Amino acid sequence: MGMTLTEKILANRAGISEVKPGDLVICKIDIAMATDISSPLTIKVFEEMGGSRVFDREKVPLVHDHLVPAKDIKSAEFSKMMRNFAAQQDIEYYYEVGRSGISHQLLPEQGLIHPGDVVFGADSHSTTYGGLGCFATGVGSTDMAAAWILGESWLRVPESIKIRFTGKLQEWVSAKDMMLLVCRDLGLEGGTYRALEFGGPTISAMPMYDRFVFANMTIECGGKNGVVIPDDTVREYLTGRAKKPADEWDFFEPDADATYYQELNYDISDLQPMVAKPNLPGNVVSVSEVDPVPVDQVYIGSCTNGKIEDLRIAASILKGQKVNKTTRMVVVPATEQIYHEMLTEGLAEVFHEAGASVGPPTCGACFGAHMGVMAKDEVGVFTTNRNFVGRNGDTSAQVYLVSPAVAAATAIRGVITDPRDIMH
Amino acid sequence: MKITGTVHKYGDNIDTDVIIPARHCVSVKEEELAAHCLEDLDKEFVNKVQPGDILVAGNNFGCGSSRENAPIAIKGAKVGCVIARYFARIFYRNAINIGLPILECPEAVDGIDKGDKLEIDLQSGTIRNITKDLTFQAAAFPETMQEIISAGGMVAYVKNRLRNSAA
Repeated sequence: MGMTLTEKILANRAGISEVKPGDLVICKIDIAMATDISSPLTIKVFEEMGGSRVFDREKVPLVHDHLVPAKDIKSAEFSKMMRNFAAQQDIEYYYEVGRSGISHQLLPEQGLIHPGDVVFGADSHSTTYGGLGCFATGVGSTDMAAAWILGESWLRVPESIKIRFTGKLQEWVSAKDMMLLVCRDLGLEGGTYRALEFGGPTISAMPMYDRFVFANMTIECGGKNGVVIPDDTVREYLTGRAKKPADEWDFFEPDADATYYQELNYDISDLQPMVAKPNLPGNVVSVSEVDPVPVDQVYIGSCTNGKIEDLRIAASILKGQKVNKTTRMVVVPATEQIYHEMLTEGLAEVFHEAGASVGPPTCGACFGAHMGVMAKDEVGVFTTNRNFVGRNGDTSAQVYLVSPAVAAATAIRGVITDPRDIMH
Repeated sequence: MKITGTVHKYGDNIDTDVIIPARHCVSVKEEELAAHCLEDLDKEFVNKVQPGDILVAGNNFGCGSSRENAPIAIKGAKVGCVIARYFARIFYRNAINIGLPILECPEAVDGIDKGDKLEIDLQSGTIRNITKDLTFQAAAFPETMQEIISAGGMVAYVKNRLRNSAA
């Protein structure tokens, strides 16, 4: 019987020829990543379990991203726990403040993720890595501690949902708008316990930075993992950065006769910029259907849309313009490398001259910790991934999720704005 | 093991951001997390909840972030069991791993109201609504889950594995 992409990856890493949904398999883990906010609990459980050394010092990347630069004494203590553990375990890929970034952009950028890998991350957006054609999922601290010790974990093979896109996007419409469409249709739970498999001609023509968006927001539909069918674009992305040699990249494709739980087909030729209204990522309408409420803050950043390409799009709209007097804008590049490119390409200057605050790489306000947290009753327009009650600040704050283009246009007008209204 | 307690009932999609807001996640201590359990959903919850009380919710309980602080906060608040139509998958794994009793039972969710008294037999998955004199049967855990549960959670499970591989 044919297998889906996720089934093929899991069968391969479990060392068996065939799996089907519902099977429990023990898979070898290629990467077991934790962050500054999830590793303290993981370290505690690791010690309780009797762990002495991690299974492979090159497969346990530790990333300072959530609370950095340390926002207060408690987070400084948290960061220190991971720092000490990294030194004690002689962790090869330990990313210190100033040389780090948001893990889900950093790890692919640094060449740690390859197609066919099984990746565990102690963060729900670890699904992002699936953009490269691997199996990647988020786990809690106890599962992560067990993975650090054993180098393997059990997984229930998920059913897959096949999502295919055809058509060419209009100008100023992006992968984020396509994924918000999926979030609308699957809702917050339509992907629960399932794999989302993305493909079709539209995605085949897309660069890597767009592909990560689909895998990233898979968790917003409850998905276990999201995977984009890998191709030559992945091969090019890996060349010169991958840690594994090319003969260890496992490119799989779904079989033509694979069985799917559900199929979603979209022609996105006429797709408009989309907006997820408060307080659910699936509460999605097109930008023209949103009331022109005054916006208090625009935030561009996160593991979803803090990439250099996102910043280029935003800067192209903001160039020579000003952030509206009635609002404020925060721009947070996802990694230090992106920060560097933003400086050398002159994007930081564009944002600065427009009157935006440009911050260092951090998860920051995306999870309501710091660097742009919302006050009571404020309205925010964020390029992030989740807008639950209290997620980005006070529980009464209203956050809309959008693409970088909509965010930049909104900053200029002070109300949610279709970028085409400004650029045409 | 039997659990008896009063029901606190909430709706669908109770996410980890309201179970334990990120601002309180800078701690690994059960009691510190428990003090803020569900605070962004129901500020009074931590004052109302009694040891053994039961959380009942609809679809997709625990969706969102992978933070294990969420089931730890609930366990620390001395909640005896969480019953939902179904759980978000990371929360489900985390709850099993740390030994927070959870049951999936859509019929029970429909047949239970806030304030009802329940008696739950975790071994058999039987949920008795004492107030309404109704009985419900929750789905059994998959075998691998039962192994982890009977080992006493994931920590004990891995300890056993380490002991066996050393022997």
